[in-house]
Amino acid sequence: MKNYIDNINKAFESRVRLGIMSILMVNDSIDFSTLKEQLQITDGNLASHLAALEKLEYLLVSKQFIGKKPNTTYAATKIGRKAFSEHLNALERLINISGQ
Amino acid sequence: MDKNQEHLEAIRDIRTLMERSSRFLPLSGLSGMLIGVWALGCTAIAYSILGIAIKDPGYHTLLMENGQLNSSSFPLLMADFMLALLAALSTGLLMAMRKAKKMKLPVWDATAKRMLANLAIPLVAGGIYCLILLYLGEIVLIAPATLLFYGLALVNASKYTIAELRFLGILEIATGLMATLFADYGLLFWATGFGILHIVYGILIYNKYEK
Repeated sequence: MKNYIDNINKAFESRVRLGIMSILMVNDSIDFSTLKEQLQITDGNLASHLAALEKLEYLLVSKQFIGKKPNTTYAATKIGRKAFSEHLNALERLINISGQ
Repeated sequence: MDKNQEHLEAIRDIRTLMERSSRFLPLSGLSGMLIGVWALGCTAIAYSILGIAIKDPGYHTLLMENGQLNSSSFPLLMADFMLALLAALSTGLLMAMRKAKKMKLPVWDATAKRMLANLAIPLVAGGIYCLILLYLGEIVLIAPATLLFYGLALVNASKYTIAELRFLGILEIATGLMATLFADYGLLFWATGFGILHIVYGILIYNKYEK
């Protein structure tokens, strides 16, 4: 039982971070405003969670310009994908154990 | 037990976000039904323009005589089908906008663009292909070709919208192949594919998601 809990990733305890990773798992890359629209949270809140995930190297940030407007897009890294899958597996096993 | 409930909720959140961010969901079943009705109406008008009964084969022989397009019935028939296309497009668009509002989802976002791009590629290819058929005088193949390319477009777009669209696409492809084999009854197959299949599909989607 104990090692299942070990696999529950502290980085994903926040619903927002879990949400960001869920969206990035099914989209190759996505921009800030789309993320904000999907998660329905404030700019500051989203930015701080994105920074935390970037620090863990779970996501790749690329900045470019569309015309004169800056545009930042985010994509999940290999490390991020692996961490997310392991977290999901751990959640699933925990539910299975307590359901028995 | 509380912890368990929390995990279940987290998983539900994940699933919703994954679906909502990657698929265009506000496709309306009601619009499917209406589009089917427009198609049936369009076919009925086509039969009356040609002055033949539904069971009569060989509609295309009336449109093409001695290698020349019939100058009275052909323009009318073109106008009939273009009007049906326009009605279908505007119905689909308006109903999607209405459903998006109801679901509190944006109607024009990344998922909509991706779905439309994937729908448009086979559809535009099909449109050009039909124009070439017209240019070559092979009008008997136009009705089957519209069904085939439309089916392929639906299968392609289904990865980016409600998954059930895939089955409609496969059925349209099958109808298109049958229409090629029994080309004399092309209009009848066209009415089946664009009329009846749309209505049945629309009812199923309506019952599943909109009731």
